[in-house]
Amino acid sequence: MSEIIPVPTVAELVAKGESPEVLFWVGCAGSFDERAQKITKAMVKILHHIGIRYAILGNEESCTGDPAKRAGNEFLFQMQAMNNIAILNGYGITKIITTCPHCFNTLKNEYPDLGGNYEVIHHSQYLQQLIDSGQLKFEGGEYKGKKITYHDSCYLGRANGVYEAPRKVLEKLDAELIELKRCRSNGLCCGAGGAQIFKESEKGTTEIHHERAGEAIASGAGIIAANCPFCMTMLRDGVKHHNRESDVEVLDLAELVANANDL
Amino acid sequence: MHWIAQLIFLAVLGTASYFFYRNVSRIRRNILLGRDEDRSDQKSLRWKTMLRVAFGQSKMAARPIPFILHFVVYAGFLLINIEVLEIIIDGIFGTHRVLSFMGPLYDIAIGFFEILAIGVLIACALFLARRFIARIPRFHKAEMKGWPTRDATIILVSEIVLMTALLLMNGADQALQQIGNNHYIAAGYFPVSGLFSDAMLHGCSENTLILIERSCWWFHILGILLFLNFLPYSKHFHIILAFPNTYYSNLNPKGRFTNISSVTNEVKMMLGLPDADTNAPPPESFGAKDVQDLTWKNLMDAYTCTECGRCTSVCPANLTGKALSPRKIMMDTRDRLEEVGNLLDKKQEITPDKNLHSYISKEELWACTTCNACAEACPVNIDPLNIIVQMRQYLVMEKSEAPNELNMMFSNVENNGAPWQFPASDRDAWTR
Ligand code: SF4
Ligand code: SF4
Repeated sequence: MSEIIPVPTVAELVAKGESPEVLFWVGCAGSFDERAQKITKAMVKILHHIGIRYAILGNEESCTGDPAKRAGNEFLFQMQAMNNIAILNGYGITKIITTCPHCFNTLKNEYPDLGGNYEVIHHSQYLQQLIDSGQLKFEGGEYKGKKITYHDSCYLGRANGVYEAPRKVLEKLDAELIELKRCRSNGLCCGAGGAQIFKESEKGTTEIHHERAGEAIASGAGIIAANCPFCMTMLRDGVKHHNRESDVEVLDLAELVANANDL
Repeated sequence: MHWIAQLIFLAVLGTASYFFYRNVSRIRRNILLGRDEDRSDQKSLRWKTMLRVAFGQSKMAARPIPFILHFVVYAGFLLINIEVLEIIIDGIFGTHRVLSFMGPLYDIAIGFFEILAIGVLIACALFLARRFIARIPRFHKAEMKGWPTRDATIILVSEIVLMTALLLMNGADQALQQIGNNHYIAAGYFPVSGLFSDAMLHGCSENTLILIERSCWWFHILGILLFLNFLPYSKHFHIILAFPNTYYSNLNPKGRFTNISSVTNEVKMMLGLPDADTNAPPPESFGAKDVQDLTWKNLMDAYTCTECGRCTSVCPANLTGKALSPRKIMMDTRDRLEEVGNLLDKKQEITPDKNLHSYISKEELWACTTCNACAEACPVNIDPLNIIVQMRQYLVMEKSEAPNELNMMFSNVENNGAPWQFPASDRDAWTR
């Protein structure tokens, strides 16, 4: 996945007198975190593959303010939100796709109060739509028959009630989906949310991500499917903690779909 | 003689009702100490939520054994109260089994209540066993030491005693009916007490039977009135508040955190946006320092909490040994609110040296991942996370007391537009 794909920015499209059908909101992790960049690139490949007119904001994008809001810094959150909204509204953006459930939640649920009204969809929902509409046709490919388990992120699951879309996408892979004991609305957090990932955790008997990765490893699956770049970091750390990085892989839904399609 | 009993009954009933009214008014006053929040929209969805979650106990079903046991006790509570209505009428007018004119319907009802009563008795015994023999972990967390555990025990034992009194009363009544005592008209069907009423008939004289029947009758009704006045001091107040509390549930997606509109105006002024209201008074304070800064719904949540610990048993922080327990957040909020209420009753000043943060530590507040597992698990739709976030807002915006790493994250977001220290101009570096 190292070849360079030209990724258009909204500014470039606008300069050509065009506008994007959808905006791909990359998010901070997707932009800066090395592992999450791979998720971003996988998503870009899918967008190219289906041939939709999309664009990113590039350097005009800024943190949605989610970690500030969850940590109680409402000022900083609203500063970020209003600046982002000014840019989004300035470009007349109406539809946003994002690979991060935190960005998804904030853009969808918290920006409207500040004047930002968009149709926001998480990439798991988008992938399901593409599959349902036949725009994305594929066989299981390399994942056929493999044991895959799925980790519900808190901000896609409980926070927004999206449980089925990611599972529908996984079903398409023809893999053997193993549900964790704590799944769907009962899913266990990876430990990253609420700005926890940016600080040491409080004193306890164990780490949340060790607990969750342990549960996923015990399921016997070789692949843990995630839908969030922060869960990705936590689960990979957890798998490493249990010394299982050689046989247990954590992959995002976008990566699974891109790989299955040989993109 | 009868009129003396009637008079005593009326006096007791009046006193109990008066104290209950006073307690309920006190709790209402306390809840209204909270900030305003509009939850008057979407009425039909609110009714549906209440019917499903409170009346239908839908969220209890996640754990089948306590669901069934609790359902029996709950149904018993709702239905046996019909019999209490009869007891009250009999007590006031000196009648006996006044509703028996309904004939077969009455017999069926009494029979049904008896079965419920034995069900409640068994369920409460099993609840005690779960707590103290099986020692289900969620009932033995730190915050359950002392009063909370005593509270639960008192309630379970009183239910058992009350149900026993009811059944003994019926047994004696039936024996008296068989003897042909004039006052004890033949009425009712007694599938449970019928099992031992013969033994009572043979073992006791008519006067002893009357004594048993009367004492159990008085014991039962006095017990219920006492119970009524115990409720406002107990987690058992949930049997009343569960209904309004679920009616006023948060109907938004759980991930949507409340927007602080006073901040919105400040930020608009800072950014020089045209629609900023430059005449608006600056907000007095941010976040929750004490219970009065929380919303009335947060405070109603606190009084509704059943202390069941379902929230704590799924909290990732608590599961991994951190100090945070969402149940404790609710119990502390209630305790502090009671304290503030008592100060107000005594017309004493609420001194600044003590507030909600004296009960809930920073260590607890910063351990939360905002995962919403607590709110999802709560059988009466309580939202502990909402309180945690408002208390964080106070720590951050009023006290600047966020953990250092979070302050670093804040300044990164502010300066680089990302929580890490990367230059904003590298945001699109992955495309190159
Ligand atoms: S939201 Fe916070 S308090 Fe509630 S379960 Fe999650 S970590 Fe625990
Ligand atoms: S907040 Fe809800 S789940 Fe937690 S102890 Fe109270 S009633 Fe139970």
